[in-house]
Amino acid sequence: MDYLLGRKVGMTHIFSPDGGTIPVTVVEAGPCTVVQRKTAEKEGYDAFQLGFLPKSEKRVSKPGLGHFKKAGVQPFRVLREVPPGEGDEEVEVGSVLDVRVFDRGDHLDITGVSKGKGFAGGMKRHGFGGGPATHGGMFDRGIGSVGMAASPSRIIKGKKMPGQMGNKQVTLQGALVVDLIPEENLLFIRGGVPGANGGVILLKKSVKGQRGGLEKPKEQVRSLNPLKAAKRAARGL
Amino acid sequence: MNVIDLIEREGMRKDIPDFGPGDTVRVHVRILEGDKERIQVFEGVVMGRSGGGLRETFRVRKLSYGIGVERIFPVHSPRIEQIDVKRFGKVRRAKLYYLRERKGKKAQVKEKRRR
Repeated sequence: MDYLLGRKVGMTHIFSPDGGTIPVTVVEAGPCTVVQRKTAEKEGYDAFQLGFLPKSEKRVSKPGLGHFKKAGVQPFRVLREVPPGEGDEEVEVGSVLDVRVFDRGDHLDITGVSKGKGFAGGMKRHGFGGGPATHGGMFDRGIGSVGMAASPSRIIKGKKMPGQMGNKQVTLQGALVVDLIPEENLLFIRGGVPGANGGVILLKKSVKGQRGGLEKPKEQVRSLNPLKAAKRAARGL
Repeated sequence: MNVIDLIEREGMRKDIPDFGPGDTVRVHVRILEGDKERIQVFEGVVMGRSGGGLRETFRVRKLSYGIGVERIFPVHSPRIEQIDVKRFGKVRRAKLYYLRERKGKKAQVKEKRRR
């Protein structure tokens, strides 16, 4: 399975063994349960329905409860369909996927809903230049000319204008998995991830594979506090 | 507890002494030159600390051949070998940006008697 549902926890940084700072987004990824298997014969297309974040039975509608009962799994807050990949034929309804689907050094495509910026002007939304700040410009943050005159006598389609910015689905390609903690279902992804903290995201093995020039860090990347090593050993990690 | 805080706590160093703005410190920094590692000392006045948790940094100012040099270090960086606090300064604000405009004796920080 090349997919997993996750939740953005927040950002921090970690130190690499050579002492450099790596900005990371912490993502709680999985565990996800396969709730339904859709097939070309029955539904007309092949897909797996994944459930993420358990939900109380009281909070589910009766038809919804039936759906989960049929699969023999607990109810979930988030249901998302993903297409099957190679070797996914054996994956059955009720099986659980966890963060070990991915590994250190993997590149992921991350889909989420970006933070909403509301109705934004041309400068913020498209990076227009705006007018001069001083010298009595009389033209501050407007978008300027939107086209020609009598010919063509209309505005060209796709003209960049003010409008809703953000709060739409965004996919970030080629994000690097710097580290992971399987016990806590946590992934450390270099850089930012679309959406606000707490937002649900879909993680997928990158379609484009490796981003150029990056080598795979296979060993532990986070430098750990030696003083905590004893405690960690006691906990059996 | 907040997951980010827990993760940050894991990487935090406990061997860092207590110091703040106005204190004079010697920061021993590990430097990689090719494949050799050596330690360089940066000594100066702490102009302030910023950020929190694992991400906290501090800014040190010194005069190098008459030219002011400031460096920002992450408090918990593994590149820092050791921090010695040489002198506690008596200051009345958290960020000592005013030192940049001062020269000579006026740019000095008075010592505070502690302990």
